[in-house]
Amino acid sequence: MGEVLEKPAAAGTVLPILDIRHVDKRFAFGAETITALSDATLRIGKGEFICLIGPSGCGKSTLLRMIAGFETASAGSLLMWGKPVAGPGPDRGMVFQDYGLFPWLTVSQNIAFGPIARGRPKAEAAATARRFVEMVGLTRFADAYPHQLSGGMKQRVAIARVLANDAEVVLMDEPFGALDAMTRERLQEELLEIWARAKLSIIFVTHAIEEAIILADRVVVMSPGPGRIIADERIALPRPRDPTGVEFNALRRHLSGLLGSHH
Amino acid sequence: MTALAVRAAASRQALLAVAAPVLGLLAWHVATSGPGYHLIPPPSDVAVQWWDLAFGGVWDDLYSATLWTHTVASLSRVYGGFALAALVALPMGMLIGRIAVVRDLLDPSLQILRPIPVTAWLPLAMIVFGIGPRSAFFLVFLGAFYPILLNTVFGVRSVEGRLFEAAAMLGVGRQAMFWTVVLPASLPSIFTGLRLGLGFAWVVIVVGEMTGVQTGLGAIIMEARQLSRTEIVISGMVTIGVLGFLSDRAVQLLGRRLLRWSPQHG
Ligand SMILES: Nc1ncnc2c1ncn2[C@@H]1O[C@H](COP(=O)(O)OP(=O)(O)OP(=O)(O)O)[C@@H](O)[C@H]1O
Ligand SMILES: [Mg+2]
Repeated sequence: MGEVLEKPAAAGTVLPILDIRHVDKRFAFGAETITALSDATLRIGKGEFICLIGPSGCGKSTLLRMIAGFETASAGSLLMWGKPVAGPGPDRGMVFQDYGLFPWLTVSQNIAFGPIARGRPKAEAAATARRFVEMVGLTRFADAYPHQLSGGMKQRVAIARVLANDAEVVLMDEPFGALDAMTRERLQEELLEIWARAKLSIIFVTHAIEEAIILADRVVVMSPGPGRIIADERIALPRPRDPTGVEFNALRRHLSGLLGSHH
Repeated sequence: MTALAVRAAASRQALLAVAAPVLGLLAWHVATSGPGYHLIPPPSDVAVQWWDLAFGGVWDDLYSATLWTHTVASLSRVYGGFALAALVALPMGMLIGRIAVVRDLLDPSLQILRPIPVTAWLPLAMIVFGIGPRSAFFLVFLGAFYPILLNTVFGVRSVEGRLFEAAAMLGVGRQAMFWTVVLPASLPSIFTGLRLGLGFAWVVIVVGEMTGVQTGLGAIIMEARQLSRTEIVISGMVTIGVLGFLSDRAVQLLGRRLLRWSPQHG
Protein backbone atom coordinates (compact mmCIF):
# COMPACT_ATOMS: atom_id res chain seq x y z
CA MET A 1 0.00 0.00 0.00
CA GLY A 2 2.94 2.27 0.63
CA GLU A 3 3.84 2.43 -3.02
CA VAL A 4 0.31 3.48 -3.90
CA LEU A 5 0.63 6.49 -1.64
CA GLU A 6 3.88 7.54 -3.28
CA LYS A 7 2.47 7.43 -6.79
CA PRO A 8 2.61 11.02 -8.10
CA ALA A 9 -1.06 11.35 -8.94
CA ALA A 10 -0.87 14.96 -9.97
CA ALA A 11 2.51 14.88 -11.66
CA GLY A 12 2.54 15.89 -15.28
CA THR A 13 4.49 12.87 -16.46
CA VAL A 14 2.02 10.22 -15.24
CA LEU A 15 -1.34 10.00 -16.95
CA PRO A 16 -4.05 10.10 -14.28
CA ILE A 17 -6.72 7.44 -14.50
CA LEU A 18 -9.35 10.14 -14.02
CA ASP A 19 -8.89 13.75 -14.95
CA ILE A 20 -11.77 16.05 -14.07
CA ARG A 21 -11.30 19.56 -15.38
CA HIS A 22 -13.41 22.58 -14.51
CA VAL A 23 -16.62 20.64 -14.54
CA ASP A 24 -19.96 22.41 -14.00
CA LYS A 25 -23.30 20.73 -13.70
CA ARG A 26 -26.57 22.61 -13.95
CA PHE A 27 -30.02 21.10 -13.64
CA ALA A 28 -33.18 22.65 -14.99
CA PHE A 29 -35.59 22.86 -12.10
CA GLY A 30 -38.89 24.16 -13.46
CA ALA A 31 -38.08 27.61 -14.81
CA GLU A 32 -34.92 27.92 -12.71
CA THR A 33 -31.55 26.31 -13.13
CA ILE A 34 -29.78 24.79 -10.15
CA THR A 35 -26.01 24.75 -10.18
CA ALA A 36 -25.22 21.45 -8.52
CA LEU A 37 -21.50 21.59 -9.21
CA SER A 38 -19.25 24.49 -10.02
CA ASP A 39 -15.71 24.34 -11.43
CA ALA A 40 -14.79 20.93 -10.05
CA THR A 41 -11.21 19.95 -10.81
CA LEU A 42 -9.76 16.68 -9.57
CA ARG A 43 -7.03 14.32 -10.77
CA ILE A 44 -6.98 10.77 -9.53
CA GLY A 45 -4.07 8.39 -9.92
CA LYS A 46 -4.35 4.67 -10.58
CA GLY A 47 -4.78 2.82 -7.30
CA GLU A 48 -5.79 5.84 -5.23
CA PHE A 49 -8.52 5.71 -2.63
CA ILE A 50 -10.43 8.99 -2.61
CA CYS A 51 -13.14 9.89 -0.12
CA LEU A 52 -15.58 12.65 -0.99
CA ILE A 53 -17.19 14.36 1.97
CA GLY A 54 -19.46 17.36 2.24
CA PRO A 55 -22.86 18.43 3.52
CA SER A 56 -26.05 17.21 1.93
CA GLY A 57 -26.77 18.73 -1.47
CA CYS A 58 -23.21 19.80 -2.27
CA GLY A 59 -23.08 17.67 -5.43
CA LYS A 60 -21.23 14.53 -4.32
CA SER A 61 -23.66 12.14 -5.99
CA THR A 62 -23.81 14.39 -9.02
CA LEU A 63 -20.03 14.27 -9.46
CA LEU A 64 -20.00 10.50 -9.02
CA ARG A 65 -22.84 10.03 -11.51
CA MET A 66 -21.00 12.14 -14.06
CA ILE A 67 -17.88 10.00 -13.69
CA ALA A 68 -20.07 6.92 -14.08
CA GLY A 69 -21.48 8.42 -17.27
CA PHE A 70 -25.10 8.60 -16.07
CA GLU A 71 -25.06 12.41 -16.36
CA THR A 72 -23.23 14.70 -18.78
CA ALA A 73 -21.28 17.77 -17.69
CA SER A 74 -22.72 21.20 -18.48
CA ALA A 75 -19.20 22.53 -18.88
CA GLY A 76 -15.65 21.24 -18.53
CA SER A 77 -14.39 17.78 -19.29
CA LEU A 78 -14.10 14.36 -17.66
CA LEU A 79 -11.33 12.15 -18.99
CA MET A 80 -10.52 8.55 -18.21
CA TRP A 81 -7.02 7.58 -19.28
CA GLY A 82 -7.10 10.76 -21.32
CA LYS A 83 -10.28 9.91 -23.22
CA PRO A 84 -13.59 11.72 -22.60
CA VAL A 85 -16.17 9.77 -20.64
CA ALA A 86 -19.07 9.02 -22.97
CA GLY A 87 -21.78 7.15 -21.10
CA PRO A 88 -21.62 4.31 -18.61
CA GLY A 89 -19.18 1.47 -19.12
CA PRO A 90 -17.76 -1.55 -17.32
CA ASP A 91 -14.40 0.16 -16.66
CA ARG A 92 -16.20 2.33 -14.09
CA GLY A 93 -18.26 0.24 -11.71
CA MET A 94 -20.83 1.87 -9.47
CA VAL A 95 -21.88 0.55 -6.08
CA PHE A 96 -25.25 2.11 -5.33
CA GLN A 97 -26.44 2.92 -1.85
CA ASP A 98 -29.67 1.04 -2.57
CA TYR A 99 -27.59 -1.80 -4.09
CA GLY A 100 -29.37 -1.93 -7.47
CA LEU A 101 -29.17 -5.73 -7.59
CA PHE A 102 -31.29 -7.60 -10.11
CA PRO A 103 -34.01 -9.19 -7.96
CA TRP A 104 -34.64 -12.01 -10.44
CA LEU A 105 -31.05 -13.25 -10.32
CA THR A 106 -29.35 -15.19 -7.56
CA VAL A 107 -26.21 -13.92 -5.86
CA SER A 108 -23.92 -15.74 -8.27
CA GLN A 109 -26.03 -14.82 -11.29
CA ASN A 110 -25.90 -11.17 -10.26
CA ILE A 111 -22.12 -11.39 -10.09
CA ALA A 112 -21.90 -13.24 -13.42
CA PHE A 113 -24.20 -10.66 -15.06
CA GLY A 114 -21.41 -8.31 -16.15
CA PRO A 115 -19.13 -10.93 -17.69
CA ILE A 116 -22.09 -12.45 -19.55
CA ALA A 117 -23.26 -9.02 -20.76
CA ARG A 118 -19.79 -8.48 -22.17
CA GLY A 119 -19.94 -11.74 -24.09
CA ARG A 120 -17.78 -14.01 -21.94
CA PRO A 121 -18.59 -17.73 -22.24
CA LYS A 122 -21.10 -18.98 -19.66
CA ALA A 123 -18.67 -21.38 -17.99
CA GLU A 124 -16.01 -18.73 -17.60
CA ALA A 125 -18.55 -16.27 -16.17
CA ALA A 126 -19.72 -18.90 -13.70
CA ALA A 127 -16.15 -19.57 -12.58
CA THR A 128 -15.54 -15.85 -12.13
CA ALA A 129 -18.76 -15.57 -10.13
CA ARG A 130 -17.69 -18.45 -7.88
CA ARG A 131 -14.37 -16.79 -7.21
CA PHE A 132 -15.92 -13.46 -6.22
CA VAL A 133 -18.75 -15.02 -4.23
CA GLU A 134 -16.05 -16.66 -2.16
CA MET A 135 -14.03 -13.47 -1.95
CA VAL A 136 -16.91 -11.58 -0.33
CA GLY A 137 -17.72 -14.54 1.90
CA LEU A 138 -21.15 -15.44 0.49
CA THR A 139 -20.51 -19.00 -0.66
CA ARG A 140 -23.39 -20.31 1.45
CA PHE A 141 -25.72 -17.78 -0.15
CA ALA A 142 -24.59 -18.22 -3.76
CA ASP A 143 -28.04 -19.42 -4.80
CA ALA A 144 -30.08 -17.01 -2.66
CA TYR A 145 -32.12 -14.21 -4.22
CA PRO A 146 -31.52 -10.59 -3.17
CA HIS A 147 -34.73 -10.39 -1.12
CA GLN A 148 -33.38 -13.18 1.06
CA LEU A 149 -30.23 -11.23 2.01
CA SER A 150 -29.45 -8.67 4.70
CA GLY A 151 -28.34 -5.15 3.77
CA GLY A 152 -24.68 -5.91 4.41
CA MET A 153 -24.83 -9.02 2.27
CA LYS A 154 -26.49 -7.12 -0.58
CA GLN A 155 -23.80 -4.48 -0.39
CA ARG A 156 -21.14 -7.19 -0.70
CA VAL A 157 -22.87 -8.61 -3.76
CA ALA A 158 -22.95 -5.13 -5.27
CA ILE A 159 -19.20 -4.78 -4.68
CA ALA A 160 -18.43 -8.27 -6.00
CA ARG A 161 -20.53 -7.61 -9.09
CA VAL A 162 -18.40 -4.60 -9.98
CA LEU A 163 -15.09 -6.35 -9.23
CA ALA A 164 -16.04 -9.46 -11.22
CA ASN A 165 -16.51 -7.19 -14.21
CA ASP A 166 -12.88 -5.97 -14.10
CA ALA A 167 -13.80 -2.42 -13.15
CA GLU A 168 -10.70 -0.28 -12.77
CA VAL A 169 -12.50 2.56 -11.07
CA VAL A 170 -15.04 1.76 -8.38
CA LEU A 171 -17.53 4.49 -7.52
CA MET A 172 -19.30 4.11 -4.19
CA ASP A 173 -22.11 6.44 -3.10
CA GLU A 174 -22.50 6.16 0.67
CA PRO A 175 -22.35 2.40 0.38
CA PHE A 176 -22.27 1.70 4.09
CA GLY A 177 -24.65 4.45 5.16
CA ALA A 178 -27.55 2.11 5.85
CA LEU A 179 -25.57 -0.48 7.81
CA ASP A 180 -25.04 -0.93 11.53
CA ALA A 181 -21.69 0.08 13.02
CA MET A 182 -20.30 -3.44 13.30
CA THR A 183 -21.14 -4.51 9.77
CA ARG A 184 -19.85 -1.20 8.55
CA GLU A 185 -16.50 -1.68 10.25
CA ARG A 186 -16.10 -5.19 8.89
CA LEU A 187 -16.96 -4.10 5.36
CA GLN A 188 -14.52 -1.20 5.61
CA GLU A 189 -11.74 -3.65 6.44
CA GLU A 190 -12.76 -6.00 3.65
CA LEU A 191 -12.94 -3.14 1.19
CA LEU A 192 -9.41 -1.97 2.05
CA GLU A 193 -8.13 -5.50 1.60
CA ILE A 194 -9.82 -5.91 -1.80
CA TRP A 195 -8.69 -2.45 -2.88
CA ALA A 196 -5.06 -3.21 -2.11
CA ARG A 197 -5.19 -6.64 -3.74
CA ALA A 198 -7.01 -5.62 -6.91
CA LYS A 199 -5.15 -2.30 -7.37
CA LEU A 200 -8.43 -0.46 -7.70
CA SER A 201 -9.03 3.24 -7.88
CA ILE A 202 -11.91 4.05 -5.56
CA ILE A 203 -14.02 7.15 -5.15
CA PHE A 204 -16.05 6.76 -2.02
CA VAL A 205 -18.75 9.22 -0.96
CA THR A 206 -19.52 9.41 2.73
CA HIS A 207 -21.08 11.70 5.31
CA ALA A 208 -18.86 10.37 8.07
CA ILE A 209 -15.55 12.15 8.60
CA GLU A 210 -14.18 9.22 10.58
CA GLU A 211 -14.98 6.78 7.80
CA ALA A 212 -13.17 9.01 5.32
CA ILE A 213 -10.03 9.15 7.48
CA ILE A 214 -10.06 5.39 8.05
CA LEU A 215 -10.26 4.65 4.34
CA ALA A 216 -8.78 7.35 2.18
CA ASP A 217 -5.45 8.26 0.62
CA ARG A 218 -7.01 11.65 -0.04
CA VAL A 219 -10.10 13.26 1.43
CA VAL A 220 -11.78 15.68 -0.92
CA VAL A 221 -14.02 18.16 0.88
CA MET A 222 -16.94 19.84 -0.85
CA SER A 223 -19.24 22.69 0.13
CA PRO A 224 -22.71 23.55 -1.10
CA GLY A 225 -24.42 26.44 -2.82
CA PRO A 226 -23.12 25.91 -5.47
CA GLY A 227 -21.22 22.63 -4.98
CA ARG A 228 -17.48 23.25 -5.00
CA ILE A 229 -14.33 21.40 -3.99
CA ILE A 230 -12.82 23.37 -1.09
CA ALA A 231 -10.04 21.09 0.09
CA ASP A 232 -8.05 18.03 -0.93
CA GLU A 233 -6.25 16.54 2.06
CA ARG A 234 -3.71 13.75 1.82
CA ILE A 235 -3.98 11.22 4.67
CA ALA A 236 -0.49 9.87 5.24
CA LEU A 237 -1.25 7.68 8.26
CA PRO A 238 -0.23 4.04 7.96
CA ARG A 239 -3.02 1.45 7.76
CA PRO A 240 -4.79 0.03 9.70
CA ARG A 241 -5.62 3.39 11.19
CA ASP A 242 -6.48 3.89 14.82
CA PRO A 243 -9.43 6.27 15.31
CA THR A 244 -8.29 6.98 18.86
CA GLY A 245 -4.80 8.07 17.81
CA VAL A 246 -3.58 11.64 18.23
CA GLU A 247 -2.90 12.28 14.55
CA PHE A 248 -6.24 10.77 13.60
CA ASN A 249 -8.03 13.16 15.93
CA ALA A 250 -6.08 16.12 14.67
CA LEU A 251 -7.21 15.25 11.15
CA ARG A 252 -10.76 14.80 12.32
CA ARG A 253 -10.75 18.25 13.93
CA HIS A 254 -9.20 19.78 10.86
CA LEU A 255 -11.79 18.28 8.51
CA SER A 256 -14.70 19.15 10.83
CA GLY A 257 -13.43 22.70 10.84
CA LEU A 258 -13.35 22.77 7.03
CA LEU A 259 -16.89 21.41 6.83
CA GLY A 260 -18.25 23.64 9.60
CA SER A 261 -16.85 26.91 8.30
CA HIS A 262 -18.44 26.46 4.90
CA HIS A 263 -21.96 25.59 5.94
CA MET B 1 -43.00 -23.67 14.03
CA THR B 2 -42.85 -27.41 14.54
CA ALA B 3 -44.09 -29.75 11.85
CA LEU B 4 -47.07 -30.54 14.03
CA ALA B 5 -47.98 -26.88 14.46
CA VAL B 6 -47.67 -26.32 10.71
CA ARG B 7 -50.00 -29.23 10.07
CA ALA B 8 -52.47 -27.99 12.66
CA ALA B 9 -52.50 -24.53 11.06
CA ALA B 10 -53.01 -26.04 7.60
CA SER B 11 -55.93 -28.20 8.70
CA ARG B 12 -57.48 -25.25 10.51
CA GLN B 13 -57.29 -23.25 7.29
CA ALA B 14 -58.80 -26.10 5.28
CA LEU B 15 -61.60 -26.45 7.82
CA LEU B 16 -62.44 -22.76 7.59
CA ALA B 17 -62.35 -22.84 3.79
CA VAL B 18 -64.86 -25.69 3.76
CA ALA B 19 -67.06 -24.22 6.49
CA ALA B 20 -68.66 -21.49 4.37
CA PRO B 21 -69.76 -23.72 1.45
CA VAL B 22 -71.11 -26.32 3.89
CA LEU B 23 -73.16 -23.69 5.68
CA GLY B 24 -74.31 -22.35 2.32
CA LEU B 25 -75.38 -25.82 1.21
CA LEU B 26 -77.26 -26.33 4.45
CA ALA B 27 -79.10 -23.02 4.10
CA TRP B 28 -79.91 -23.85 0.48
CA HIS B 29 -81.19 -27.26 1.53
CA VAL B 30 -83.38 -25.88 4.34
CA ALA B 31 -84.79 -23.13 2.14
CA THR B 32 -85.71 -25.35 -0.81
CA SER B 33 -86.64 -28.81 0.42
CA GLY B 34 -89.95 -27.95 2.06
CA PRO B 35 -93.16 -28.85 0.20
CA GLY B 36 -94.63 -26.22 -2.05
CA TYR B 37 -91.41 -24.60 -3.18
CA HIS B 38 -90.35 -25.61 -6.68
CA LEU B 39 -88.58 -22.64 -8.29
CA ILE B 40 -85.10 -23.61 -7.14
CA PRO B 41 -84.25 -27.29 -6.71
CA PRO B 42 -82.62 -28.51 -3.49
CA PRO B 43 -78.90 -29.41 -3.56
CA SER B 44 -79.61 -33.15 -3.59
CA ASP B 45 -81.55 -32.83 -6.88
CA VAL B 46 -78.68 -30.82 -8.36
CA ALA B 47 -76.20 -33.48 -7.23
CA VAL B 48 -78.22 -36.21 -8.92
CA GLN B 49 -78.54 -34.12 -12.06
CA TRP B 50 -74.81 -33.39 -12.10
CA TRP B 51 -74.10 -37.12 -11.81
CA ASP B 52 -76.43 -37.83 -14.70
CA LEU B 53 -74.82 -35.05 -16.77
CA ALA B 54 -71.42 -36.45 -16.09
CA PHE B 55 -71.98 -40.20 -16.25
CA GLY B 56 -75.59 -40.85 -17.28
CA GLY B 57 -77.65 -43.71 -15.89
CA VAL B 58 -80.25 -41.64 -14.00
CA TRP B 59 -82.55 -39.85 -16.44
CA ASP B 60 -81.06 -41.09 -19.69
CA ASP B 61 -82.30 -38.06 -21.61
CA LEU B 62 -80.73 -35.71 -24.14
CA TYR B 63 -78.29 -34.36 -21.56
CA SER B 64 -77.12 -37.57 -19.93
CA ALA B 65 -73.36 -38.14 -20.02
CA THR B 66 -72.72 -35.01 -22.13
CA LEU B 67 -70.80 -33.01 -19.53
CA TRP B 68 -67.44 -34.08 -20.92
CA THR B 69 -68.27 -32.86 -24.43
CA HIS B 70 -69.47 -29.50 -23.16
CA THR B 71 -66.49 -29.14 -20.86
CA VAL B 72 -64.02 -29.83 -23.66
CA ALA B 73 -65.80 -27.33 -25.90
CA SER B 74 -65.68 -24.63 -23.21
CA LEU B 75 -62.10 -25.42 -22.24
CA SER B 76 -60.93 -25.11 -25.82
CA ARG B 77 -62.65 -21.73 -26.15
CA VAL B 78 -61.36 -20.44 -22.83
CA TYR B 79 -57.77 -21.48 -23.46
CA GLY B 80 -57.89 -20.73 -27.18
CA GLY B 81 -59.29 -17.23 -26.66
CA PHE B 82 -56.90 -16.66 -23.79
CA ALA B 83 -53.88 -17.82 -25.80
CA LEU B 84 -54.79 -15.58 -28.71
CA ALA B 85 -55.33 -12.65 -26.33
CA ALA B 86 -51.91 -13.24 -24.79
CA LEU B 87 -50.34 -13.53 -28.22
CA VAL B 88 -51.66 -10.10 -29.21
CA ALA B 89 -51.68 -8.28 -25.87
CA LEU B 90 -48.14 -9.16 -24.71
CA PRO B 91 -46.20 -7.71 -27.65
CA MET B 92 -48.67 -4.84 -27.98
CA GLY B 93 -48.33 -4.00 -24.30
CA MET B 94 -44.54 -4.08 -24.51
CA LEU B 95 -44.57 -1.74 -27.50
CA ILE B 96 -47.04 0.64 -25.88
CA GLY B 97 -45.09 0.61 -22.65
CA ARG B 98 -41.64 1.19 -24.14
CA ILE B 99 -42.15 3.18 -27.33
CA ALA B 100 -43.68 6.64 -27.01
CA VAL B 101 -44.91 6.81 -30.62
CA VAL B 102 -46.83 3.56 -30.28
CA ARG B 103 -48.26 4.71 -26.97
CA ASP B 104 -49.45 8.01 -28.42
CA LEU B 105 -50.90 6.17 -31.39
CA LEU B 106 -52.80 3.39 -29.61
CA ASP B 107 -53.35 4.38 -26.00
CA PRO B 108 -56.20 6.91 -26.46
CA SER B 109 -58.23 4.52 -28.63
CA LEU B 110 -57.70 1.66 -26.22
CA GLN B 111 -58.80 3.82 -23.30
CA ILE B 112 -62.09 4.45 -25.10
CA LEU B 113 -62.62 0.84 -26.13
CA ARG B 114 -61.76 -0.55 -22.74
CA PRO B 115 -64.88 0.51 -20.76
CA ILE B 116 -67.18 -1.19 -23.29
CA PRO B 117 -68.31 -4.39 -21.58
CA VAL B 118 -67.89 -7.68 -23.39
CA THR B 119 -71.66 -8.20 -23.41
CA ALA B 120 -72.08 -5.02 -25.46
CA TRP B 121 -69.91 -6.55 -28.16
CA LEU B 122 -72.21 -9.55 -28.48
CA PRO B 123 -74.49 -8.28 -31.28
CA LEU B 124 -71.58 -6.94 -33.31
CA ALA B 125 -69.62 -10.14 -32.83
CA MET B 126 -72.54 -12.15 -34.14
CA ILE B 127 -72.84 -9.93 -37.20
CA VAL B 128 -69.13 -10.09 -37.96
CA PHE B 129 -68.33 -13.65 -36.97
CA GLY B 130 -71.73 -15.22 -37.44
CA ILE B 131 -73.68 -17.42 -35.06
CA GLY B 132 -71.40 -20.05 -33.63
CA PRO B 133 -68.08 -20.79 -32.02
CA ARG B 134 -66.13 -18.03 -33.73
CA SER B 135 -68.16 -15.36 -31.95
CA ALA B 136 -67.70 -17.16 -28.64
CA PHE B 137 -63.99 -17.34 -29.28
CA PHE B 138 -63.85 -13.62 -30.06
CA LEU B 139 -65.72 -12.62 -26.90
CA VAL B 140 -63.46 -14.73 -24.70
CA PHE B 141 -60.49 -13.17 -26.47
CA LEU B 142 -61.84 -9.72 -25.69
CA GLY B 143 -62.43 -10.57 -22.05
CA ALA B 144 -58.87 -11.77 -21.55
CA PHE B 145 -57.26 -9.08 -23.68
CA TYR B 146 -57.42 -5.94 -21.53
CA PRO B 147 -56.12 -7.30 -18.23
CA ILE B 148 -53.13 -8.79 -20.04
CA LEU B 149 -52.51 -5.62 -22.02
CA LEU B 150 -52.83 -3.19 -19.11
CA ASN B 151 -50.63 -5.20 -16.76
CA THR B 152 -47.98 -5.66 -19.44
CA VAL B 153 -47.93 -1.92 -20.13
CA PHE B 154 -47.71 -1.22 -16.43
CA GLY B 155 -44.97 -3.82 -15.95
CA VAL B 156 -42.64 -2.63 -18.69
CA ARG B 157 -43.18 1.03 -17.78
CA SER B 158 -42.49 0.71 -14.09
CA VAL B 159 -39.05 -0.87 -14.26
CA GLU B 160 -36.89 0.81 -11.64
CA GLY B 161 -34.51 3.31 -13.26
CA ARG B 162 -31.70 2.11 -11.05
CA LEU B 163 -31.73 -1.29 -12.78
CA PHE B 164 -31.06 0.34 -16.16
CA GLU B 165 -28.13 2.21 -14.64
CA ALA B 166 -26.80 -0.96 -13.05
CA ALA B 167 -27.05 -2.87 -16.32
CA ALA B 168 -25.48 -0.05 -18.33
CA MET B 169 -22.51 0.24 -16.01
CA LEU B 170 -22.00 -3.51 -16.26
CA GLY B 171 -21.79 -3.34 -20.03
CA VAL B 172 -25.33 -3.91 -21.36
CA GLY B 173 -25.99 -1.94 -24.55
CA ARG B 174 -29.22 -0.21 -25.53
CA GLN B 175 -30.51 -3.04 -27.70
CA ALA B 176 -29.89 -5.75 -25.13
CA MET B 177 -31.59 -3.75 -22.36
CA PHE B 178 -35.04 -5.06 -23.25
CA TRP B 179 -34.20 -8.74 -22.88
CA THR B 180 -31.81 -8.44 -19.98
CA VAL B 181 -33.68 -5.92 -17.83
CA VAL B 182 -37.15 -4.87 -19.01
CA LEU B 183 -38.55 -8.32 -19.62
CA PRO B 184 -37.40 -10.05 -16.43
CA ALA B 185 -38.22 -7.01 -14.28
CA SER B 186 -41.78 -6.85 -15.60
CA LEU B 187 -42.50 -10.58 -15.36
CA PRO B 188 -44.43 -10.30 -12.08
CA SER B 189 -46.85 -7.74 -13.59
CA ILE B 190 -47.12 -9.69 -16.82
CA PHE B 191 -47.88 -12.78 -14.84
CA THR B 192 -50.58 -10.99 -12.84
CA GLY B 193 -52.09 -9.87 -16.16
CA LEU B 194 -52.12 -13.42 -17.51
CA ARG B 195 -53.73 -14.71 -14.35
CA LEU B 196 -56.44 -12.04 -14.41
CA GLY B 197 -56.92 -12.59 -18.14
CA LEU B 198 -57.50 -16.29 -17.69
CA GLY B 199 -59.95 -15.54 -14.89
CA PHE B 200 -61.87 -13.16 -17.15
CA ALA B 201 -61.87 -15.75 -19.92
CA TRP B 202 -63.79 -18.04 -17.58
CA VAL B 203 -66.12 -15.22 -16.56
CA VAL B 204 -67.13 -14.37 -20.11
CA ILE B 205 -67.41 -17.93 -21.38
CA VAL B 206 -71.17 -18.07 -20.65
CA VAL B 207 -71.76 -14.81 -22.50
CA GLY B 208 -69.52 -16.07 -25.27
CA GLU B 209 -71.56 -19.24 -25.59
CA MET B 210 -74.82 -17.30 -25.74
CA THR B 211 -73.98 -16.77 -29.39
CA GLY B 212 -75.87 -19.83 -30.47
CA VAL B 213 -73.20 -22.48 -30.23
CA GLN B 214 -74.44 -26.06 -29.75
CA THR B 215 -71.92 -27.25 -27.18
CA GLY B 216 -70.25 -25.71 -24.17
CA LEU B 217 -71.10 -25.19 -20.53
CA GLY B 218 -72.51 -21.75 -21.31
CA ALA B 219 -74.61 -23.22 -24.11
CA ILE B 220 -76.28 -25.86 -21.92
CA ILE B 221 -76.88 -23.31 -19.18
CA MET B 222 -78.76 -21.06 -21.62
CA GLU B 223 -80.60 -23.98 -23.18
CA ALA B 224 -81.60 -25.52 -19.84
CA ARG B 225 -82.89 -22.15 -18.72
CA GLN B 226 -85.36 -22.09 -21.60
CA LEU B 227 -86.46 -25.63 -20.70
CA SER B 228 -86.73 -24.66 -17.01
CA ARG B 229 -84.22 -27.39 -16.11
CA THR B 230 -82.76 -25.36 -13.27
CA GLU B 231 -80.77 -28.34 -11.92
CA ILE B 232 -78.82 -28.36 -15.15
CA VAL B 233 -78.25 -24.60 -14.93
CA ILE B 234 -76.82 -24.97 -11.44
CA SER B 235 -74.76 -28.04 -12.43
CA GLY B 236 -73.21 -26.01 -15.24
CA MET B 237 -72.48 -23.13 -12.86
CA VAL B 238 -70.79 -25.42 -10.36
CA THR B 239 -68.69 -27.02 -13.09
CA ILE B 240 -67.51 -23.63 -14.37
CA GLY B 241 -66.68 -22.54 -10.82
CA VAL B 242 -64.61 -25.64 -10.10
CA LEU B 243 -62.79 -25.58 -13.44
CA GLY B 244 -62.03 -21.88 -13.12
CA PHE B 245 -60.69 -22.46 -9.63
CA LEU B 246 -58.49 -25.37 -10.69
CA SER B 247 -57.17 -23.46 -13.67
CA ASP B 248 -56.28 -20.49 -11.47
CA ARG B 249 -54.57 -22.79 -9.00
CA ALA B 250 -52.45 -24.30 -11.75
CA VAL B 251 -51.40 -20.84 -12.96
CA GLN B 252 -50.58 -19.81 -9.40
CA LEU B 253 -48.37 -22.85 -8.89
CA LEU B 254 -46.60 -22.12 -12.16
CA GLY B 255 -46.07 -18.52 -11.03
CA ARG B 256 -44.64 -19.61 -7.75
CA ARG B 257 -42.09 -21.72 -9.61
CA LEU B 258 -41.15 -19.13 -12.22
CA LEU B 259 -41.18 -16.14 -9.89
CA ARG B 260 -39.43 -17.67 -6.93
CA TRP B 261 -37.27 -14.55 -6.78
CA SER B 262 -40.20 -12.21 -6.26
CA PRO B 263 -41.20 -11.67 -2.63
CA GLN B 264 -44.85 -11.33 -3.74
CA HIS B 265 -44.93 -14.62 -5.60
CA GLY B 266 -42.23 -16.86 -4.19
N1 LIG C 1 -31.93 15.23 -11.56
C1 LIG C 1 -31.86 16.40 -10.89
N2 LIG C 1 -32.70 17.41 -11.21
C2 LIG C 1 -32.62 18.60 -10.56
N3 LIG C 1 -31.79 18.85 -9.57
C3 LIG C 1 -30.95 17.88 -9.18
C4 LIG C 1 -30.95 16.59 -9.81
N4 LIG C 1 -30.01 15.82 -9.22
C5 LIG C 1 -29.45 16.60 -8.26
N5 LIG C 1 -30.00 17.83 -8.24
C6 LIG C 1 -29.62 18.93 -7.34
O1 LIG C 1 -28.23 19.03 -7.32
C7 LIG C 1 -27.76 19.33 -6.03
C8 LIG C 1 -26.71 18.31 -5.61
O2 LIG C 1 -27.32 17.05 -5.44
P1 LIG C 1 -26.52 15.74 -5.06
O3 LIG C 1 -27.48 14.63 -5.06
O4 LIG C 1 -25.34 15.62 -5.94
O5 LIG C 1 -26.06 16.08 -3.58
P2 LIG C 1 -25.26 15.15 -2.56
O6 LIG C 1 -24.02 15.89 -2.21
O7 LIG C 1 -25.11 13.79 -3.10
O8 LIG C 1 -26.24 15.16 -1.32
P3 LIG C 1 -26.51 13.98 -0.26
O9 LIG C 1 -25.36 13.97 0.66
O10 LIG C 1 -27.76 14.42 0.42
O11 LIG C 1 -26.66 12.70 -1.02
C9 LIG C 1 -28.97 19.37 -5.12
O12 LIG C 1 -29.34 20.72 -4.92
C10 LIG C 1 -30.03 18.67 -5.91
O13 LIG C 1 -31.28 19.21 -5.64
MG1 LIG D 1 -25.90 11.85 -2.59
